[in-house]
Order: sequence, then structure tokens, then C-alpha cells
Amino acid sequence: MGTEPPEKQPPSAPEGGETKPAGSASSEPAKPAAAKPAAAAPPKPPAPPPKKEERTPLDNDLVKRFRGRFGEAVREAWLDRKQAILVVEAAKLRAVCEFARDSEKFDMLVDLTAVDWPKREKRFEVVLQLYSFAKNERLRVKAPTADGESVPSVTAVWPTAGWLERECFDMFGIRFDGHPGLKRILLPDEWQGYPLRKDYDILQQDEAWVRENMGIESGQ
Amino acid sequence: MQAVLQFLQANMWPLIDALVIVGVFPLLAGYVVLLERKVMADMQARLGPMRVGPHGLLQPLADAVKLMIKEDIIPESADRIIFWMAPVLSVTAGMLAFAAIPIGPGFLIAEMNVGLLFILAVSSMGIFGIVLGGWASNSHYSLLGALRSAAQLVSYEVAVGMAMVSGLLLAGTLSMTGIVASQAEKGIWFVFVAPVGFVIYLIGSVAETNRAPFDLPEAESELVAGYMTEYSGFRWALYFLAEYSNMIVVASVATTLFLGGWMRPFASIHALDFLDFVPALFMLGVTGYCVYRIPKQTGKDQGFILAIFAGSCFAIAAALGAVFAPPLAFLKVPVLGAFWFIAKVMGYVYLFLWVRFTFPRYRFDQLMKLGWHYLIPLSIVNVMGVATALVLHRQAGWSSWVAFPVLLVVTIVLAIWLVRAGERRDQEAARSAA
Amino acid sequence: MDEIRSEGMAPPSVELAVPGADEIVLNMGPQHPSTHGVLRVKLRLDGERIDGSECVIGYLHRGVEKIAEHRTYTQFAPYVDRMDYVAAVSNGLGYCEAVEKLLGAEATPRAKVVRTILTELQRIASHLLWLGTHALDLGALTPVFYCLREREEILKIFEKYCGARLTTHAFRIGGLQYETYDGFEHDVKRFCDDFGSKVDEYEQLLTGNRIWVGRTKGIGILTAQQAIALGVTGPPLRASGVKWDLRKAMPYAAYDQYDFIIPTATNGDTYDRYVVRMEEMRQSRSICLQAIENIPAGPIMAKVGKVLKPPPGEVYHSIEAPKGEIGYYVVSDGTTQPYRVRVRPPSFINLQAFDTMVKGHLVADVVAIIGTLDIVLGEVDR
Repeated sequence: MGTEPPEKQPPSAPEGGETKPAGSASSEPAKPAAAKPAAAAPPKPPAPPPKKEERTPLDNDLVKRFRGRFGEAVREAWLDRKQAILVVEAAKLRAVCEFARDSEKFDMLVDLTAVDWPKREKRFEVVLQLYSFAKNERLRVKAPTADGESVPSVTAVWPTAGWLERECFDMFGIRFDGHPGLKRILLPDEWQGYPLRKDYDILQQDEAWVRENMGIESGQ
Repeated sequence: MQAVLQFLQANMWPLIDALVIVGVFPLLAGYVVLLERKVMADMQARLGPMRVGPHGLLQPLADAVKLMIKEDIIPESADRIIFWMAPVLSVTAGMLAFAAIPIGPGFLIAEMNVGLLFILAVSSMGIFGIVLGGWASNSHYSLLGALRSAAQLVSYEVAVGMAMVSGLLLAGTLSMTGIVASQAEKGIWFVFVAPVGFVIYLIGSVAETNRAPFDLPEAESELVAGYMTEYSGFRWALYFLAEYSNMIVVASVATTLFLGGWMRPFASIHALDFLDFVPALFMLGVTGYCVYRIPKQTGKDQGFILAIFAGSCFAIAAALGAVFAPPLAFLKVPVLGAFWFIAKVMGYVYLFLWVRFTFPRYRFDQLMKLGWHYLIPLSIVNVMGVATALVLHRQAGWSSWVAFPVLLVVTIVLAIWLVRAGERRDQEAARSAA
Repeated sequence: MDEIRSEGMAPPSVELAVPGADEIVLNMGPQHPSTHGVLRVKLRLDGERIDGSECVIGYLHRGVEKIAEHRTYTQFAPYVDRMDYVAAVSNGLGYCEAVEKLLGAEATPRAKVVRTILTELQRIASHLLWLGTHALDLGALTPVFYCLREREEILKIFEKYCGARLTTHAFRIGGLQYETYDGFEHDVKRFCDDFGSKVDEYEQLLTGNRIWVGRTKGIGILTAQQAIALGVTGPPLRASGVKWDLRKAMPYAAYDQYDFIIPTATNGDTYDRYVVRMEEMRQSRSICLQAIENIPAGPIMAKVGKVLKPPPGEVYHSIEAPKGEIGYYVVSDGTTQPYRVRVRPPSFINLQAFDTMVKGHLVADVVAIIGTLDIVLGEVDR
């Protein structure tokens, strides 16, 4: 990939062929903060959610049970494109997962990953996809966490998380407390930097390496 | 000069025999390599070597030349002398066994009255070559592979030996020519009298020669690459040649002991004497097919080589036919016998190839279990069965048409029972270990 | 699915402890004929028995998820083929359907059926390659040629359809780009008609063979409890006894229209995984035959517009790829480029189960177990 990653430009004046009514939402500069609901962090100015977003707040029995058990730790719950999402406090993540596995029968951890929202106060969002065989139901659990904060590991709840958390750590730098062996998995052990962060630039790293090891300016 | 001529005259026939055998068998070993590749390709729905010579006929020559001109790499910390010697030992052991193999009555290099024992002993010397090769490579994994190979060979040697004993009981002599003569005398090939022995010998010989499905020590997709890892170029070619020579030796022993040696099928039935013409007609057929294919070859040079090949086939056909002429009648039995012998050896070798491409590989512990827990008891039961049948036939006067089949049935029943009992015990062991 | 619990199971060991007095650490790979790609396996051996293992991956990491953030949705579609390069069509299906969900669009009925046919053909092709290489690792030299011969027919169909055999980029977001070519149904029918007897041929060579059974039965056992705890999906999960297939549980494309069974087995060993995949090939063939009977007429592309700008939000969509459940978690911020694309790789998560499966076995079984998991390093590492 030698080409410069294209800058994210705000789309110019009306592009043809746009059938999605989301035109209004995307004619503003695509600031992630403006487009996303505020995480439950008071200093953040609550931006009004753009009009045509597809999420609806969720308060069904499942959410009620979670709220009943964990109270304020369950920050938000909504449906996005008919998929249930629960945002919980990171410190309670392991307890929530145990509850999900034991009481709510979500016996499979399908995926564990993270998303980087650099403009937010808690920039990372650890996302777990859960699945229940008995109910044939999926649930997404998110735990916002700041840079430098660590998240409790869920490997004791689902051993699947072993490698998945390592990959999260490798790509984002999120530390998981209680993980039996948190080290890089996809990148070499001595790699500096966390690639999937939005401020990570491979060119920067390459130029730094070339300058340090070869004493010249990289021609990239 | 006079002394030399005298020596030549006195030993003319053995010398001619030696020349033929020394000329034919290594060439045969080389062409078995090509045969294997063609048979493999045929079973795998493809063509195999086609370019080097018409239908790949010159492939062994190309391989030999390539291997000889390859760089000779010796690992730095290897023991040079033994590293050099090990493949030589293997190939010598393999080739030396050819000395006692008769391809016709009197058509052999060294007439011995303990020919079979000699072959068994000499081919076992090949194990030295394997172990020393693994050791001299100075590689942990080569040594392990070599020791595994040696263990496998030694284990199956016992079963093979016992299977041979059952054949020897019937023959009554260790001399190779004597064994065939006794089959001629009894008018039946020993494979029909002691089929269980033949089957045990077949399985054991596949293991003896490190061929699939018993080739774990040298398989590429397994972890430990085996004793041949550090060998390249001509040294490796020597190991390879040793393996194929071993195959031919083992096939020759099976042919002599069980398949009637140089006798044509139904040798004792004179009404079928017209079968004596089959060798010449077969070779004529091959020649004709080659001539037919000459214009279809892709290039003039391919066609030329095929013409030479056709010519040599025709020469062989002529030789096979000429023995019917009165002045050469004394050559009839040896020459025709040679054809039948080589045909049977090739048939046995074809079984080896067939098995290799059909079955997956045994894991080493399963391999050893097969040898020790199943084949050896079975071979002992077989020897006892044959011995009992012989006693019943010779001492108690039972007709051989009754004694042997009855004991065959008893042996097979016992064999099935043994195998079932073994499997049951294995399953219980697995269950209790789980 | 009662009483399947994942508690009481220790997470797989990440680091190999220092080997004891009688133990050695053996390294396999990353270059090895049987690791099916650049996989490094460190084994702690006691003699020939394996006490512990560690898989080292990442040799084929290409940063696909990072690339996704700098491409438009349409531009990213060819990249997904390169992950599980053995079954590119399935990857493409998952991604296109995920983005379609994000857009709130749906492919046309005709597109759905053609997608189903191509995906099932790809499943057969993937399983054929698995069978050939698995048998080859265990020493059976012939099945690989037969399997590749059949796979060749499928790849020819792909080539006629979209121009590529391996990394097909067969689908587009919203449907298909290419109409099926003349003779598509005929080709598929001819292949499916031949294929039934070919599967029987492979079974003849392997299923009852004592040596094959001896090398695969009881090897690499994964219980249902362990499989669910480890997140294993696909044929390994079904071979452990869990009757679950996304095509039935959460149908996508046109799968709800067709009749097929989900093969399962009970023991969860290598032999069972073999049996399950063989039967899956048969079922895929049956689905193809049902589908080509009646491909609905109509447009092949839904109206999604040229420039795709899904409303902000996120979606997780997964399909049953030949290797397991491949999921796409796509986050949109309203622009033409996805904010985050996360691929849930079945091979990555299945490979995590390797450490559990290989304990106590012999070194010669390692190749069998790697083969039976059916991993593709492109998907493991992305």
C-alpha cells in the first residue's frame, strides 16, 4: 500500500445518485463525535443525534433484567438496525459477562474487538458480540474505556477471549486485567505502536525507523 | 593371457549370467522409479513424466545425470567418513543380494545351497546404512528417524522370516534353485498352498523396504524428516537406489518362494505348452505398439528414441523366439524362465506401488503394534499350520488336497480370532486410558 | 442446548512454561509442508507425547481492517476475498450482506438465489481442497488429485461467471454485477450430477479404510462444552454434537427456501469432522440442485445508488462460511468510507482450540489436527 490514505473529506455539494435520505446527516463534516451519540461522560457536549439515524432506545425484558442487576453500570441500551446493543461500565464488564453467560444463557462469545473514537473522552469502545444457543439471540455489549485504563478480562468467562483480547491489545493497546498472557499476537513482539488507532500512521513509523537505522530520509 | 582365456572359458556361463544380472537389475531398479511415477500418475488421473524421451522413457537417465552433477553438500559437523560410507553400505547390501537370485535354472551368479539365508542376511545389512546415515548427519531428527526406520525393519524382519519359514517347510531346502525345483516337482506354486504366509510376507516386505503405508520415517509431511534429510545429489541417489533394489530383491524372494520362480503358469500341464510362446508374442506386441506410436510422437528425436526402444524390444522378442530353434533348445528354459521371473517380480512390485498410492500412512506406534501384536503371532500360527499340514500329509498319509486346505481354514479362523481379540484389547486399553 | 456451560474450563495456555527435565520444545514451521500456510507451532514434548503447545501466528497479517478505514465500501469488497482465499465467495457474501444491512437495503430475489448457488459451490470447493490436503498430510497420496479435479470444474464455473477463479469478487453491495452466463444452470447441473458419485469415490478410498480410521478416530477430541467455550464454529462445532448452522438458525440469502439437513456427529474427533464435512458437501450439492430448478427472473441489483453512504450506526452480520461463522462488524459514521470494519475470522478462533485438542497426543497427530481444523492463514492473520 504505497499510496497515501485518502483524507476523509466531507462530501461536496449534492452528489448524484444518492438515494439514501441520509444526505442530510452526511452533509456535515463527518466528525465522529457529531455523528455518534455521546457516551455517558458529562464533560462531552451532548450533540443532537442526526436525524436519520437508525437506532431506537431499547427497554425490553432483557435490558430490564440487566438494569435490575447492575443498575447504573448499564449506561445505555438501544437497537441499531434491529440489533440489541448494551453499553456498560468497563469496570463491571466481567460481572456483566458472567451474568450474561449464566443467567441469560449467552454461552458463546462470538467476537471481541474494539473501536477507536479519538474525539470521545473514553476513546476506546470494547465491543463483545454474544450469542445464545437456547434463545437464538445475539447481544452486543460495549464497554467504553480511556487510553491507559485497563479493562477486566473475560477469559475466565469464555476462554474464546484469550486470543481475541490479545488481538485487541495488539491493535489498540487496551490492557486486559486478569488475562493469562497478554502479549502481541499478530504483530511481532517488539512492534511499537498500535495500528488500529486512528492516530497511527505506518508512514510515520517507517520514516522514524529509516531515520534511526539508516540515517537518511525515507523517500515515501 | 592364456590363463585369462582359460578362466573365461571355464566360467563362461556364470560370467554371462553375471553380466546379464548386473546389467539388468540395476537398470530395472532405475526403471521401477519411472514405472512408479507412471503408475502413480495413472492412479491420480494424470500422465506422469512425458517429456524426457517418449512417454518419459529416458526419465531415469535424466534423473541420474541430474543427481550426479548436483552439488555435494556435507553438513559441517557431520562425520565425513561415515557420512560417505553409509549410503554406499546400503546400496552394496541391496546389490549384493542379487548375487543369489536365480532368474532361471542355473541362471544366477552364485550357486549356493543356502541362497535364501544369504539374501536375508545381506539385505539386513542395509539397516547399518540407515542407522549410520542418520547418525553421521549429526542432526537430532535424522538420528531419530534413522532409529525409527531401523526399529521398524528389525520388527518386520521377524514376521517376514517366519513367513519365509512356512515356505521353506514346503520346499525343504534353502537353496533358491532348489525351492523352485521343489515347486516344479510338486506342480503347484506355494502361494496356493500357504497363502497366509504369502500375505504376511507381502505386508512384511512393504514394511521392510520402508514403503507406504509404512514410510513414516521418511515421509515429507511428517515432522521428523528421516535419515535421508542431509543427503543430496548422488548420495541421496544411492539411498534411493538402495530402496528400489531392496524392493526388487524382496520381490524376487517372494517370486522364488511363493510364486514359482521362473516357471511359467501351469508348468506341469503339458497341454498348455503353447503358453511358452507368450513371452515372444508379448514382446512382439510391445514392439508393434511402439512402432505404431512412433509417428504420433511430438518430435523427430522422440520418435527416434522410441524406434530404438522398439528395436530393443524386438531383439528381446527375437531372443525369446529363437530359443525354440533346435540348436538353442538348451537355452529355452533359462531364457523363457527369465521372462516369467521378471514378469512376476514386476507384478509384485506393482502391488507395492498400488498399495502406496491407495492407503494413508500408519503412525509409528500403530506400525509397531501391527508388526509385533498382529503379524508376528499370525506368522507363528501360520508356521504351525503349515507344519501340521505337512505332518498330516507325510506322516499320517492325508492327501495334500485335504491336509492343506483344512489347515488353511484353521489358520484363517485362528488369524481372524487373533485379530479380533487384539482389537478388543486395544479398544479396552484406549477406553481405560481415556 | 441445556447445561452447556463454559465455566470450569481453564483458558488455553498462552505461554509455554519452561520445559521440564525430560521435555524438549520442538518448533514446527512457519515453513512446513503441512501447516497449511505460515503457521508456527511450538510443542513441548515429553518423548513423543505433547504436553503443551503454542501457536504463533501473524506471519500473514496484512492489516486488512486498517485498510478498510481508508477505502470506500465498494473499494473494500475485493479485499475480503483475500482473507479466506480458499473460499472467497463466502467472504464476499458476508461483507456485501453486512453492508446491505447497514444501508437498509436488500438484494433482489434473483441475486439472492444466484448468490446462494455460488456460495454453495464455493463451500464444496473449499471442502474439496480441505479433503485433498488433509488426506495428503496423512499419507494418502491419491485423493488430493481427485478433489482438485472436481474443484477445477467449480473454478471453471466461477471463471465463466466473473472472470476469476480464486479471488472472485463475485458479489456487489446490493446484488450482483454480472448476470449469469448462458449455460450457467446447465454447467451447475452437470457438475452436481457428476459430483454425487465422486463423493462416494472419496468415501470409498477413505471412510472405511482401517489406516485412515486409525489415524483419525480419537484424535483431537473436542467436546461440545469445550467447543462452545472456545467459540469454535462450523464443522468442528457440529462434529462435537452441537446442531447449529447459521443457514438454519439465522437464514440469509435464499437459504430459507431450500431443504437441507445439518450433519452432526457425536465424538468431536478428527474422524467425525471428516464425516461432517463429507456430508456437508452432499448437502451443498442438494441445495445447488434445488436452487437451479427455479432462479427467479428479475433485476440482479437493488437500488442502492452509486455512492454508498450508510447512515451512521453499526451492524454485525455473519454467515456460515465453509470454515465456520464469518462475521462482519461494520461501523459507519455516515461517510463513504467505513469507520471500522471488524472481521470475525472463524479460522482464528478455531485455531485457538488447537492447544486444547493436541494435548496428550503424539507428534505425528499434530498434522492431522491442524488439517482437521481447516484453517486458512489468510483468515487467521488477515
